[in-house]
Amino acid sequence: MKKVIDLGKYIEIAINYLQVTFSPIWDAMDDGISWTVDNMTAFLLSIPFVVLLIAITFLAYYANAGRRSLKKEGFKKGLGLSIFIIFGFLLIYGMGYWKEAIQTTTLVLVSTVIALIIGIPFGVLSAKSKIADAVIKPILDFMQTMPAFVYLIPAIFFFSVGNTPGVIATVIFSVPPAVRLTSLGIRNVQKEVIEAGRAFGATENQILFKIELPLAMPTILTGVNQVILLSLSMVVIASMVGARGLGSIVYQGIQQNNVAKGFESGLGIVILAIMLDRITQAFANKNQINKDE
Amino acid sequence: MANEENKNIKLRVEDLTLIFGKRKKEALAMLNKGVSKEEILRKTKCTVGINKANFEVFEGEIFVVMGLSGSGKSTLIRCLNRLNEPTAGKVFFKDHDITRAGNKELMDTRRNEMSMVFQNFGLLPHRTILDNATFGLELRGDSKEARYERGMEVLETVGLKGYEEHYPGAMSGGMQQRVGLARALANNTDVLLMDEAFSALDPLIKSDMQDELLQIQGKLHKTIVFITHDLDEAFKIGDRIAIMKDGVIEQIGTAEEILSNPASDYIKAFIEKVDRKTVITAETLMFRKPTIVQLGKDGPKGAIRKMRSTGVYVLPVENTERKFLGYVELKDVIQLARQKERTVEKALQTDVPSVHREYTVEEMIPLISENSYPIAVVDRKSGRLHGLVTQTSIVIEATRYDDDEVTELIEKANEI
Repeated sequence: MKKVIDLGKYIEIAINYLQVTFSPIWDAMDDGISWTVDNMTAFLLSIPFVVLLIAITFLAYYANAGRRSLKKEGFKKGLGLSIFIIFGFLLIYGMGYWKEAIQTTTLVLVSTVIALIIGIPFGVLSAKSKIADAVIKPILDFMQTMPAFVYLIPAIFFFSVGNTPGVIATVIFSVPPAVRLTSLGIRNVQKEVIEAGRAFGATENQILFKIELPLAMPTILTGVNQVILLSLSMVVIASMVGARGLGSIVYQGIQQNNVAKGFESGLGIVILAIMLDRITQAFANKNQINKDE
Repeated sequence: MANEENKNIKLRVEDLTLIFGKRKKEALAMLNKGVSKEEILRKTKCTVGINKANFEVFEGEIFVVMGLSGSGKSTLIRCLNRLNEPTAGKVFFKDHDITRAGNKELMDTRRNEMSMVFQNFGLLPHRTILDNATFGLELRGDSKEARYERGMEVLETVGLKGYEEHYPGAMSGGMQQRVGLARALANNTDVLLMDEAFSALDPLIKSDMQDELLQIQGKLHKTIVFITHDLDEAFKIGDRIAIMKDGVIEQIGTAEEILSNPASDYIKAFIEKVDRKTVITAETLMFRKPTIVQLGKDGPKGAIRKMRSTGVYVLPVENTERKFLGYVELKDVIQLARQKERTVEKALQTDVPSVHREYTVEEMIPLISENSYPIAVVDRKSGRLHGLVTQTSIVIEATRYDDDEVTELIEKANEI
């Protein structure tokens, strides 16, 4: 087929232009993200395995049991996940992928934090302004439907290989639910509650921080949960541009046609995913329970 | 009301108009020319929410705005603190126009002058009752200690002492609305805007809350604008009532004024369902300036002459200080005249029914069957006679409501 419209060429020109013109910014971002990821990984690895295992087990237990931690019903609620984490982590450690698991966790957490820092304000904006919403929505659709691999190419362009392009690609892929669910949460806040705030002389900022965001919190936390899971689903893809962790082992498994390697590391990712999902979900639910109690 | 002139006007609304839609100016111009609402809607796609409302709210009264859904009553109350922006007209509060207030002034008014209670409470589910009640104080920047001290005070006022640490989700509607009321009281504003405050509650709780509100009002003497779609509620708590229909205020007056003198067929149809017995008072029913026999001035002959000229056989008697004493009957005075007595004192019946002017028909019904005298309406302090209520008029008032009651009354009368 003959190519009539050479759109890709213009995109390439634009990307080139951006890369050259703003290179100090890209460099700074690269330095910042690499520094954070490296130091966080190093810090987590410096903690003895047993200590970290106990700490995360307790965190998971508290997330589920909450204020009833010391009571029987709390015990019932929190026990399952705690046992799962203990066995899961022992398995990862035993398979020899502890370091990779920590690297993956760090990557996911850093991406999640960046995605939320970007996503929540845009979510607020799209809830507040119809025009902003009309602009943001198609962009989100674009970000979510564009195959994730495509983001890798310019990411390498801007940041070369390593953790940074992995984080950036992950952030682009996982930002949409943060924006969407923040926006949804805020738009679903009962009109009368906001009106009550207005009637008592609340400023726009007070309405946002004292009424809308707290009431939207359960929905926003569901968004956080989604962001984390999407980030995890990106780790294998991110490893293609040099991001370290369990994803890179899976990638190696594919390249070497090594079923054992692929399965072990894949299972590690599943265990991390279940842990992160259950803990964040428990925190989201706890926020909801507070209201009905 | 008799002493309306002495009252301070707290809120004055002049030609308040609110139009929904995009072509407001056009619609307003048409409205001013007298074009009908339907015509305006057809030509500009604008809805007239409120059409030139005029009223005053006096200090310390409960002013009720009554209307069915879509009548514009909730829109109207929201114009008072500008949750809704009026299209035209003025709202004077303490003689400055709220509709022209700048942002800061408006904020100040909302924080310190007018607070509001909402139909669905508008509480924050993630905050405790105490934090909800003190929300207005927090918004205006009061210190935590001052806030909580005031919060405990108002929670006690509304009967929620001991619930400070609870969450709204765990409470019944009635209790949640108490929190809403506490929050409005906490700011210590003069004016309270209550938008269908009790409409979401069960009938029994609703009635409790109305009593509670009246009780609190008896202590605090706020100026309250109360919105409702419930006529019984309006009559129960309202000092004065404005009835709204299609964005227009059809009539303003006390419950009695509206009942005894409905301004339109719409209102007439409306009040047919109201239990008149509980609203119509002695003051409305009585005929004023009846012929009176004065003890010490009119002798038996004078009394007979007065009876002959008025055509009745019973007359009320006053002493020279014009205090109501009782009745004399024709047959007794004739006897006294034969005995050549100088005064009617011996014929005086003192064991007679008397009421004060605010007694309702319902309260007067039991007095009917005791004897056949008209019921005297006397002044609470001076004991002077305001007028007389005939038993017939009470029966008529009662019968407008319930046929069974009349039969019962007639039976009772026959027994005697």
